[in-house]
Amino acid sequence: MLSKRVIACLDVRDGHLAKSIRFVNTRNIGDPVAKAREYYLDGLDELVFYDITASSDRRKIILDVVEAVAEQVFIPLSVGGGVASVADATDLRLAGAEKINVNSAAVRRPALIAECANAIGNQNVVLSMDIRQVAAAGEMPSGYEIVVDGGRKPMAMDALAWALEGERLGAGELVVNSIDADGTREGYELKLTRMLSEAVRIPVIASGGAGEPGHLHDVLTEGKADAALVASMVHYGDYTVSGLKRYLHERGVKVRMSW
Amino acid sequence: MPAPPVAIVDYDAGNLMSVRRACREVGLDAEISSDPQVVRAADRIIFPGVGAAGSAMRSLRCSGIGEALVDAYRGGKPILGICLGLQISLEHSEENDTQTLGLVPGKVRRFRLNDPTLKVPHMGWNAVRVVKPHPVLADIAGDDEFYFVHAYRPVPARIEDVLAVSTYEGEFCSALGRDNYVATQFHPEKSGRVGLKLLERFGAWDGHA
Repeated sequence: MLSKRVIACLDVRDGHLAKSIRFVNTRNIGDPVAKAREYYLDGLDELVFYDITASSDRRKIILDVVEAVAEQVFIPLSVGGGVASVADATDLRLAGAEKINVNSAAVRRPALIAECANAIGNQNVVLSMDIRQVAAAGEMPSGYEIVVDGGRKPMAMDALAWALEGERLGAGELVVNSIDADGTREGYELKLTRMLSEAVRIPVIASGGAGEPGHLHDVLTEGKADAALVASMVHYGDYTVSGLKRYLHERGVKVRMSW
Repeated sequence: MPAPPVAIVDYDAGNLMSVRRACREVGLDAEISSDPQVVRAADRIIFPGVGAAGSAMRSLRCSGIGEALVDAYRGGKPILGICLGLQISLEHSEENDTQTLGLVPGKVRRFRLNDPTLKVPHMGWNAVRVVKPHPVLADIAGDDEFYFVHAYRPVPARIEDVLAVSTYEGEFCSALGRDNYVATQFHPEKSGRVGLKLLERFGAWDGHA
């Protein structure tokens, strides 16, 4: 049986680690390569880099970071942030990324998902969705709306419909990121995660809102997620990856305990 | 003594950097090559795989690499297959209805699962249980898990070729071996310390099971 995965997300800006609260107020919290290595040695199952660099030379900066991490971290590595073409995806793969996350560019041009799936394989294309709760009506029957551009631009597009369309186009995995929960440390958006997990047949990674170990437990059981993404919980040293996994293991969640 | 050179076979323009990085991490002097001569000259061969069985077999035939691999196997050279590399070493794959190399008797079938909540591809970390001791798998302990990504599973014809099993609804063969050939369905290069140990063991293996 597959284990539930604990995934750490590193937001990288200008080659440094950043963490946002509700998608704004980013601040530097260290060297992404050192953090990646530390989590890897502490039992992390997978690593996600999100490039939030705004400058024009962003491509080279993130490729350097990915390459440096791939040299010393031997677990699956996933990278996203600004991927808009098969060429972007291929460059990141050559630098050492296993999986590529697409987000805003895929919302604007859904064919990007199919193009990437053909070029690098479905299992390596992750559709990352930033989602906020809205009134369930009209264009958003599920009550959840897709937002792009780092949480700034609502698209009047239904999150459930987009998840199903992403799966149909060839995405191999979904990241469900709740903007309402992001950075709050009050827990994942369980209702949203469960709704999407039950709707698709590809793995779902829950993101946004983790603040204590119980939140991971809840989203991996009640929320039916296949993986839980953590960031601030481990970045600031309040919790360790191994501590989180031990907590889950002791409460009957199947996680990898030997590394 | 310096580690002997390892050829990582590139037959379908795959991304094999992660395999090379992992080899180098454990001190193996590994080079990626799509040249049959380099494959023939290497002391040992890693045969990974990306993509689908049909296009992979076409590339192997056209490039002459398939023949070099079969010769290396007959010549007793240690070979490690990974993922699609393992699947192509059997005789036939359901994927694209493909005749494959046939180093090991058996077939490759798609996962057909009754439980609708189980997803295909089988992707993520799963336990590997060794059922037949082998020098390359010697460090795998009871709780060790490895990273898998695959929609098809190997079905070797002879039980003695099955080295390890994993469970996804039912049990399936997750490592196999015959003579100087050993192969894993999982990705040792993405499986942390236990995966690196396996590559290190392969680097020191004399080809005798």
